[in-house]
This record gives sequence, structure tokens and C-alpha cells, in this order.
Amino acid sequence: MRIHRAVRIWAVAVTGALVLAGCSGAGETPSGGSGNQPADSAPGVTDDTVVLGSHQPLTGPAAPGYSKISVAAQAMYRYINDNGGVNGRKIEYKVEDDAYNPTKTVEVVKKLVLEEQVFALVGGLGTPTHSKVLDYLNQEGVPDLLVSSGALMWDQPQKYPMTFGYQVDYLREGKIMGKYVKDSFAGKKVGLFFQGDDVGRDTQAGLDQFIKDQVVTRQPYDPANTDVTPQLLALKSSGAEVVVCACIPSFMALTLLTAAKIGFKPQFVSSSIGADPATLTALLQDFAKRSGATVSPDQLLAGFVGAGYLPRAALTDDPWVKFFKEIHDKYIPTEAFTDTLIFGMAQAYSVGQILKAAGRDLTRRKVVETLETTQLKGPGLVPFAYSKESHSGYTGAYLVRNNGNGTSSVVQQPMVTDRESGEVKPAGGDRVNPDQTGLLDK
Amino acid sequence: MSAETEETTAAPPAHRAPQPPAPRRSLPPVVVHLAWALLAFALLVGLTMITDPFTNLRIATIGYYLIAIAGLALLTGLNGQVSLGHGAFMFIGAYTVALLVLHVPGLPFWVDLLLATAAGGIAGLLAGAAAARLHGPYLAGATLALAVGLPAITQRYPEFLGGSNGLSFSVNSQPAGLVGVVPATRWEAWVVWATALLAMVILVNMSRGRLGRSLRAVRDDEVAASLAGIHVGRTKILAFIVSSACAGLAGGLQAFLLGTAAPGSFTVALSLSLLAALVLGGLGSLWGAFWAAIAFVYFQAWAEDAADAVNLPVNVENNLPLALYGTVLILVILLFPAGIHGGLTRLRAAVRSSRQGRSGRSEGVS
Amino acid sequence: MEQFLNLTLNGITSGAVYSALGLSLVIIYRATRVVNFAQPAFALISAYLAYSINQATGGYWLGFAVALLAGAVMGVLTERLLVRPVRHNELGAIIVTLGLLIVLQAVAGMVWSNEPHSFPYAFDFRGDFSPNSMFVVAAVAVTALAVLLLFRATPLGLRMRAAAFHPDAARMSGVRVGLMLTLGWGLASAVGSLAGMLAVPPFIFPNVLDGVFVYALTAAVIGGLDNPLGTIIGGFLLGVGLSYVSGYLGPELVTLAALAILVIVLAVRPNGLFGKALARSV
Repeated sequence: MRIHRAVRIWAVAVTGALVLAGCSGAGETPSGGSGNQPADSAPGVTDDTVVLGSHQPLTGPAAPGYSKISVAAQAMYRYINDNGGVNGRKIEYKVEDDAYNPTKTVEVVKKLVLEEQVFALVGGLGTPTHSKVLDYLNQEGVPDLLVSSGALMWDQPQKYPMTFGYQVDYLREGKIMGKYVKDSFAGKKVGLFFQGDDVGRDTQAGLDQFIKDQVVTRQPYDPANTDVTPQLLALKSSGAEVVVCACIPSFMALTLLTAAKIGFKPQFVSSSIGADPATLTALLQDFAKRSGATVSPDQLLAGFVGAGYLPRAALTDDPWVKFFKEIHDKYIPTEAFTDTLIFGMAQAYSVGQILKAAGRDLTRRKVVETLETTQLKGPGLVPFAYSKESHSGYTGAYLVRNNGNGTSSVVQQPMVTDRESGEVKPAGGDRVNPDQTGLLDK
Repeated sequence: MSAETEETTAAPPAHRAPQPPAPRRSLPPVVVHLAWALLAFALLVGLTMITDPFTNLRIATIGYYLIAIAGLALLTGLNGQVSLGHGAFMFIGAYTVALLVLHVPGLPFWVDLLLATAAGGIAGLLAGAAAARLHGPYLAGATLALAVGLPAITQRYPEFLGGSNGLSFSVNSQPAGLVGVVPATRWEAWVVWATALLAMVILVNMSRGRLGRSLRAVRDDEVAASLAGIHVGRTKILAFIVSSACAGLAGGLQAFLLGTAAPGSFTVALSLSLLAALVLGGLGSLWGAFWAAIAFVYFQAWAEDAADAVNLPVNVENNLPLALYGTVLILVILLFPAGIHGGLTRLRAAVRSSRQGRSGRSEGVS
Repeated sequence: MEQFLNLTLNGITSGAVYSALGLSLVIIYRATRVVNFAQPAFALISAYLAYSINQATGGYWLGFAVALLAGAVMGVLTERLLVRPVRHNELGAIIVTLGLLIVLQAVAGMVWSNEPHSFPYAFDFRGDFSPNSMFVVAAVAVTALAVLLLFRATPLGLRMRAAAFHPDAARMSGVRVGLMLTLGWGLASAVGSLAGMLAVPPFIFPNVLDGVFVYALTAAVIGGLDNPLGTIIGGFLLGVGLSYVSGYLGPELVTLAALAILVIVLAVRPNGLFGKALARSV
């Protein structure tokens, strides 16, 4: 056993050396200050291009529902480039697949920053994923624009000066849905059905400001478990007349089907992440043939109320939807024209606007400063919160009711609110048309 | 890492009696191995100096996967126990480091890593005790269930373990004197590889020592091993402990390197890929684990670059890396059952014998 | 009480699916001592083919039949081309079938995209124990019965068993062992595709069967990997047990509960509830 003893001796010696090497605690802040300031530099920018990067779940269990966002964004960038680019620069958009795996997110984001030399990260998707690169991007001074998630953590200008949210955050959206339910369904029993993570937690915090005393049951789901029958049974037996959902699209569709399965017909109210009627219709279209007309998509969606902050794909008269449809028809005609595609295009359009506003003399610091001081007016029906004090994205939402015949009507006009306990009030201000933003002006 | 690490089915001579050997062989193997490890470390430091920060990150990634796969090589290659759940032990190691960094910030990072190793080992003791009675596919099924089930514990304690979002943190490891002198990724690569090489020296010595002989004896024939006085159950559990301690350390190093611990990182796919990489690298040897770790990191990267390089429909492009990966797995097993290491060994033997044939030398090869 | 009844019925339906996929694993394991990790991928591709046929014809049963046939063909080809060369290498076989799983899932993503499509149930899915649930349970029960009868009571089944358990003796009695093993794979994969057709609805996407596969393997391990009947029972027990866990304790605990059930069963019976303690073949 001489060998083992020798191993031990060496192990002790080497660990001793390591002890000397690192005296301070692993969880303590290093003594040397970290450069948390946006650098006045511009990697990834040349005379005629600017390189942007993003991480998206293109494969794996989370790809369904999200893998087309970057396709739509790419179409918008191609459109912008074909029309001369922004401030004379073409946008080069690099998408890395992280499969919704946080380890891979860290790797691909470091790849984008270090190897691909991106100027900024745009629309990084997902809370569990993107939260793991917040520290890194801010330490490196990389602009982290329009994160695709409604978590509250993107809005911490002091701690994360480079990071800006995009979606209406779950708390604000919860408040707006809560007010609607309180106004329209006073005294009725409300059941909550939500994803068991920060989506559910923050949405509930918002809802509870208005309808805490109406809630009779709270049912979480786990995205890895596609059997939601037990939760729907619990909602049914609680006597809930209104069910508020904070679910991703596939689980919203699953919920509607499962409710039909157990003969449960509450008023559904859904947050924007799961409310895309085109996606839901596509997911629900194949059941009527074998189970009767009452499970046709129109029947299942009749009366369904969903939140939104961008124009809906169904509003074919909206100038923005017309604009997006033209791009869709030209660049990605084989993809279904859904609210998800509009999300990707609208987000890319806003990125273009930010670059435009930052001017020809582009630096990372300038982009951040521009976004903090400019009122972006674009496709959204509610304003952004961007300022020196807030890095929140959209500040509110509207609610729309599906009429069950392919049409829908707005049941609550666009409202805005804050992420504290401030009131929910109508969104003022006027929208601009695509040709009024000046994005493609020379 | 040295040629000394190669496994041979014949047991190496034991160094028990202090016989006066030839001067060339007078050093105990552990010293030789440590010397090789130091040399390897020096080469590696050199390599990190001439490569860019992102390559440094990849080098470090290879380092921690090396530990995990080498641990699995000991369990599966040497001891014949198939684990489809080693990602679960990495999960334990990663969360150990994450929780220590967040809640006991005063501990230096190397203590965190030691505790991650210990946590992996303790989990391995439990799993091994349960596994010792199982054979073949039953063990595979049970470990697969472990890989699926264990990360779900984060959902049960969302306040403490962060739910499905997991935990994120920054690890402060650089001595004050080096901050700003050595870039962070380079320093981290050094830490990972110093740890990895130390772990490899320990594993090599274990596998060449009495434990290694017991492991192989139990793998080859439990009855005969037991007749030879080897405690079969204890040996199997010991293999599990060492192997999961390695996985715990690897998970801890991953957390150290990336500053994250989240259930989404420790999927079944990870556990299965570890095993696949090991078989790809070559089961019989710790060198196999080395090739496996390189293949694990670089193959994926190359496949993605290749898919990006050609202009394909988006659905095809997104899925191409996975398709290539699967195809390579199948082809390697069918064409080179002994993996990359086996292929290289055969190649080397072929080259040598042809060279000898030409020069007409008659000396023995080894 | 109503909740208990509903959870039980719900569990029986999902248990039936675990049983069927578990059964397909067991048939293959009995025949060739290989755990076929590609089984869910055969089922996936079969279901996607059915999806395309459904879209083209508007019907359901043609796609259903094609799916079962496609499953059988994939099983046969895989055994002949990929598994036979590595059959005596336990790990090699695991890795080959794992590689095949990865390839086929990627191919599915390439052809049908990674986005989910709606996939119909065979019958009306509404009601506490809907016509579709009845169909699922009945289809699995009939299939299981047929498989058991085939093995126990037909000359073909006898030959297949002989080829699996005593290949040398079987060969001497004139049984074409290789053919029997290939047939076993074909039969098993058709059963697996049936499980897929029952498990996929309402949505199909490349990873849709991952969870079902894990539970099916768990069921097979619980029941005993060389015991078809045990596996079927294991599948139903697991389905019902997990439904209770989801309903009474919380949906996030389901995978942990599956692990716990497995550990408890194996601690008491290392070869599953109904498995025989076989001497390990080296």
C-alpha cells in the first residue's frame, strides 16, 4: 500500500500549494474592481457591417414554440439589409442553438462574444438560460438587448447596466389581467394554472394585487410532464369559473384539450406567452374530425381571452401586420404566419431602430445611452419603459377575446402599469406606421 | 498523462518488495506519473498562452469532462458496471459548489471543489450500495431513472435550489496578485487542468494498483474473484464511490467554470453522452477517456460549424449536428469497436511493424 | 372520491402506454439481450409517417396501419444491419441503438421540423373514461395477450423462445435462429409503434416520446426485463402510481417518484417483481 500513501502525501502537498494560491473565499467579491462600465469600444462593427448574436433553443425539448423566432428575426434583418442596412451597415445575425440548456447557453454566448466578436447580444431567449450569462455580459460590457423573457431580473440598471428586457414582464401582465378579471368577473371564483417557475410566481404576484380573495385554487405544471389532467381535475372540483393561465403555447393548447376531455368549461384568461391564436389553432386543428365539432379549434377557443402587446397576426388591416406579412411572403413564405413570427420580426425591427438611433458612429456605450434616452416607437401597442432608471421592456398589455369564428374583439384596451403597486391605467400615446420610423432612411 | 496509463489485461508487477531494481525504474510509479502530469500541465499552460480566450474555455471544458469520463471508465471499463446516470452525480457536485459559493462565501474555491467531490462520493456510496445487487440492464434502468429523477428535486425546493431556473453566481478564485495579470478564462483553465491531472494521477495509480486488479477480477468473473478472496460487493461499491466522486468533482468544476447550476444542464442526454463519449474514446484505457473528452467538446463544435458553413434549409441545419453525432457513434462502434484509442493503438502497431519490416531490425517492440 | 376515481382511470390509460412500449423492449431483450434505446425513435418515425398520411388522406386508420408496418420494418433492418454485429457487446449495442435514437430524432426534426403538430386521437377523447381511453387500454390488452399467446402456444413462438434462450440447441433442431431473432425485433418494433401511436396525441414533436420511454424502461425493470407479463403489470402499476403522485403530491414530483418506486422495488427484488434471477451470462 506504499502507492496509496504516496498518493496521499502528494495530494496533501498539492492542495497545500493551492491553499497558498487562493486565500480569499470563492463567494466573495474580488478585491480588484470589475469593469462594469459599458466600454466605449465597438467590436463586431466595420464600415459596412455590424455583427449581432443570439442564443435560441433550436433543438431539444424546448424547441417547440420557439425555434421559429430567430427565423423571423433573420427575415427582418435580410429585409433591412436588402434596403441598404442601418446607417450604411448591413446586420449580420448569428444564432447559436443552446437547446435551452444553461450550460450550453454560457458556452455559446462566450463563443459569440469571444470568437464571433459580436457587437451586442439581441433577444437571448429564456429565463433559466439567459440568467446564467447576465453577469458575464455585463462584466464584459456587451450590450444585452431585448431579452426574450418576462422575468423581472433584466430590469436592474444599477447591477446590470448593459441588459434590457423586451417582453412585458410577468408581474405587470399579472396586474393587468388581475384588473380585467376583477372588473369583468367580480365575485366569481378564480383558479390559477401556471408554469411552476418565475413565470408563475411573478404572474401570481401581479394577479394577487387585484383578485387574491377570488382565487380558490392554484395549480402549477411542470413543463417536463405533459399530463395535466390531475391539475385540471383539481381546478374543476374547486368550482373555479374563471381560470387564469400563465402557460407556454403547447401547455395552453393541452389545457384546452384536457378541459374538453373532463367536461370543464370555465372562462380562460391567458397571459401573452400562451395566447397566440394562430399557434393554438394549429395545435388544436386535428381533433374535431375524430371527436366531433365541439372540439374544433374555433369551438375550443371561443370566449378565450388572451393578453398581447404586439399587433396580432389576425389583424390584417394593421399597417404593421401588413408590413410583416410582406416580409414573410418575400423571405419565409413557407412558415406559418403566427404571432410568434411577428414577435421575432418586431423584436428585430426594434433592434434595427436602436442601431439607427445610436448613429453612424457606433460604440457599445453609445447604444446603451441611446436606449436609455430615446423613446422607441414601433410595432408595439404599449410604450417601452427604457430610461436611466428602468430597463424594462413593454410596460403593459391589451386583452382580446376570441369570438370563435376566426375573429376577435378587444375586451380591454392597451393598459400600462409599473412593477410595484401602481395603478393600471390606459396607455396613452399614438403609434407610428412602419414608414414613419425612419429606420431605412439614408 | 503518459503511456504508462495504458491498461493491460495482465496485471502490472506490484511494487511491494523494496527490491533494488535497475536504476531506470527506481522511481515509484506515482512519482513518474506526477512528473508526467507536471510536464503535461506545463504544456497545457503553454497552450493556453498561445490560444484565444474562447479556446481556453474549451480547453477547460475538456478538462472537467475528462474527469467525469475517466471516472466512468473506472466504473464501466474496469469494473463492468454500466451507469446511464452519471449526469446526476455531476448535478450533485455542481449544486454543492453553487450552494457553498452562495451561502458560505468565505470558503476558498478549492475547499468547495473538495466538498463537491465528497458529495459525489457519498451519493455514489448510496447508489453503489443499491447497485451492487443489480446486473446489466437493471443497473442501466435504475441509473437512467436517477438521471431523470434527481434534478427534479430542484422543483421541490425552489427557494433553496432555484427551481427550474437553477442558481447563478460568480466564483472568485484568482489570487489578488494575479487579477489583471492573467486573464480569467486562462486562470480557470489552469485550475481545471491542475485538478484534472491530479485526479488522473490518482485514478491511474488506483487502476494499476490492487484496487484496479480487484475491479478487473470482479468484472471478468465474480465467482472467481470471490474465491480469490475479493469482497465482490465492497469492490463494486468502491468503484461506484470513486467514479461518482469524479463526476461530483467534474460537476463542481463545471459550476466553478461557468458560474451556473441548473437542472436543465443535467439532462438524461448528458448522462448518455458521457457514456457514449467513453465508448467512442475507447473503454479499456484512461487514454480513451482523454480522447473521449476531446471528442465530446470538439466534435459538437465542428459539427455545428460544418452545418453553419453549408447553406441548408433551416430545419436541416438545426438538426444536422445531432444527426452527425449519432452517425459517428454508430459507425465507430461498428468499425472500431475499441474506440479511438483502440484505433490509434492499432495504427501505431501497424506503422511500427511496417517500419521494422523495412529496416529489418529484429529487436522486440516492447 | 371522484378525484381518486379520475386519477385511477387517468393512470390506467397512461400505464397502458408504458406497458406497450415496455413490452416491446422486453421482447427485444428476451430475443437478443439488448436494451433497444432506439425503440422510441422507431415509434416516433412511425407516428410521423402516420401524421403525414393523415394530412394527405384525411383518414386515420391507413396511417395507423402504415405506422405499425414501418415500425416492424425499422426493427428488422436495425437488427440485421446494426445490432447483429455488436450483439455480444452489451455496451456496444447500447451505444449503437443510442446513436440511432439520436439520428432518427434529428431526421424527424429535419423532415417535420422541431415545432409541434397536432396529432389526432383514434376516437373521441372526452369523458372520464373516454372511447379513446377504452381503445388504448383494449389495444394494449389485446396486443399483450396476442404476444403472450404467440410465445406460449404457437410453434413460431416456441421457435423464437428457443432461438433466444438456447440458440445452439435450437439451431441443431433446425430452427433458423437468425431469422427468429430478426422476427423478434420486427414484432417488438411493431408493438413499440403501436405504443407510439397511442402515446403521441395530442402533439407530435421530435422529443415527444422521451418521457414515455423512460417510464416504459422503468416499467420493464420493475416488472422484470425477461418477463412480458410482469412488464405489462409493471406498466399499469407505474401509470396509476404516478397519477396519484401527480394528483395528490404535485406534478413536479413524478420523476422523483418513479425513481423512488424503482429503487424500492429493486432493493427488494433485484430482478424486478416478476423477473427470474438468471445467472449472468458473460
